[in-house]
Amino acid sequence: MTFTIPIDNGDALKNAETDSQRTLYPYVTGTSIVAIKYKDGVLMASDMGGSYGSTLRYKNIERVKAIGKHSLLGASGEISDFQEILRYLDELVLNDNMWDDGNSLGPKEVHNYLTRVMYNRRNKFNPLWNTLVLGGVKNGQSYLGMVSMIGVSFEDNHVATGFGNHLARPILRDEWHADLSFEDGVKLLEKCMRVLLYRDRSAINKLQIAKITEEGVTVSQPYSLKTFWEFQAFHNPTAGAQGSW
Amino acid sequence: VKPNSNRIDPPGSFKISDNFRSYSGLRRKKNPILRSLGEKESKQQSKKMSSIGTGYDLSVTTFSPDGRVFQIEYAAKAVDNSGTVVGIKCKDGIVMGVEKLIASKMMLPGSNRRIHSVHRHAGMAVAGLAADGRQIVARAKSEARSYESVYGDAVPVKELSERVASYVHLCTLYWWLRPFGCGVILGGYDKDGPQLYMIEPSGISYRYFGAAIGKGKQAAKTEIEKLKLSEMTCKEGVIEVAKIIYKLHDEAKDKAFELEMSWICEESKREHQKVPDDLLEEAKTAAKTALEEMDAD
Repeated sequence: MTFTIPIDNGDALKNAETDSQRTLYPYVTGTSIVAIKYKDGVLMASDMGGSYGSTLRYKNIERVKAIGKHSLLGASGEISDFQEILRYLDELVLNDNMWDDGNSLGPKEVHNYLTRVMYNRRNKFNPLWNTLVLGGVKNGQSYLGMVSMIGVSFEDNHVATGFGNHLARPILRDEWHADLSFEDGVKLLEKCMRVLLYRDRSAINKLQIAKITEEGVTVSQPYSLKTFWEFQAFHNPTAGAQGSW
Repeated sequence: VKPNSNRIDPPGSFKISDNFRSYSGLRRKKNPILRSLGEKESKQQSKKMSSIGTGYDLSVTTFSPDGRVFQIEYAAKAVDNSGTVVGIKCKDGIVMGVEKLIASKMMLPGSNRRIHSVHRHAGMAVAGLAADGRQIVARAKSEARSYESVYGDAVPVKELSERVASYVHLCTLYWWLRPFGCGVILGGYDKDGPQLYMIEPSGISYRYFGAAIGKGKQAAKTEIEKLKLSEMTCKEGVIEVAKIIYKLHDEAKDKAFELEMSWICEESKREHQKVPDDLLEEAKTAAKTALEEMDAD
């Protein structure tokens, strides 16, 4: 999957070198993130897996992190790019804190910053291979938005990345409503995560749900969902196959 | 004795006379363009200097016969003219306080910050020329950021003070730069515990238990020496620093001042922050009462 787009970096002979400096494909990836707005703020769910191609290599990766006092960032896609984004945001938040003027970065500002970063990287054909979910609460206003690796950015009441877009969002479209309680919100997210667990091959049964409200961020301890595999069709699955070995 | 201001000396000459003070002497510039610029400069140079300098004080790249660099000493005088800055190292952290002399009644309280955070775990209190101080703080922030980016850990306070000191010193090495007219007290908390450093315009940096710069530094140092810092907590330290600053503030010379204080201690989770408002108020009241008791005696 190598692109050979001419880069106007001056020296055409150096193209080969500069090609290897751009992100061509992701290596260690995280799968979907699902997030919803609820009564007191935002809930975000993610599993803790990092896949290396088709291998589920890492099983303890936290893909949801708190940013400053008012935001939560969840990422799917290349984990190393997510770590780089966290470094950028760390510097951003530190500089914001050092002003010490009573103001702090809200989720809208962080979302805008991330959109700029992602879009500008995409314009240089060197994207940060992530889809980011940014949720937060500031001054009573909840905010939930998403930025993709090509810089597409929008806000919504419920967002999901990757497979979540196809499997979780239809559920959310039917069952989400404003002013969900915390318990209902968690139940809804677990329903989505269960579907993803069954159907997404890069999902693992170890998830975290993070909540952000006016008071602050809480990330739950990792836990697993109960699954049911006792369907008739799974008993002796090769019964009908002829000549199978 | 009137110096001859109209005379333009030929480039390359160096004149010191016993009879009168000539300020058009020193020429080191080999570049012909700069040479003409220099000549223009000398005509506009101020002539009123105290007798210490006498021609060896025109440039920071000149030593006097007794081995002093006068420009650096003059820079230190700029620091001595500003409001007092006090820093102490208590047993569980650092407390820094600044006597901010209010230039105008129109100024909003809380503006003109003299204490700046340099990173999460370190802060700087500045005395002297405010604009120079801003540069030093910006440089310190940049050094702390780059250290963390390269080494992955918060910059040790010793390392940070060395970098800032060498930057300040840098500006005392070239004739086209002037020394910074400000002194800085740097307080931080790292793996080796709380540390306090003071960086002077000469680029010297030492580690202290207690340090003071500015107008009332002598009085402040005497007061600090009376304190038992190794047994004091930061909460007590805040009150002591407030008392010291209130005590050495000269009501006659400078009317109003605002007290700005910051600390880094276990209570602030080892992060540099302004002293919380309620503690600051408590400290101010304690300081004022102590002053009244003293006046009553």
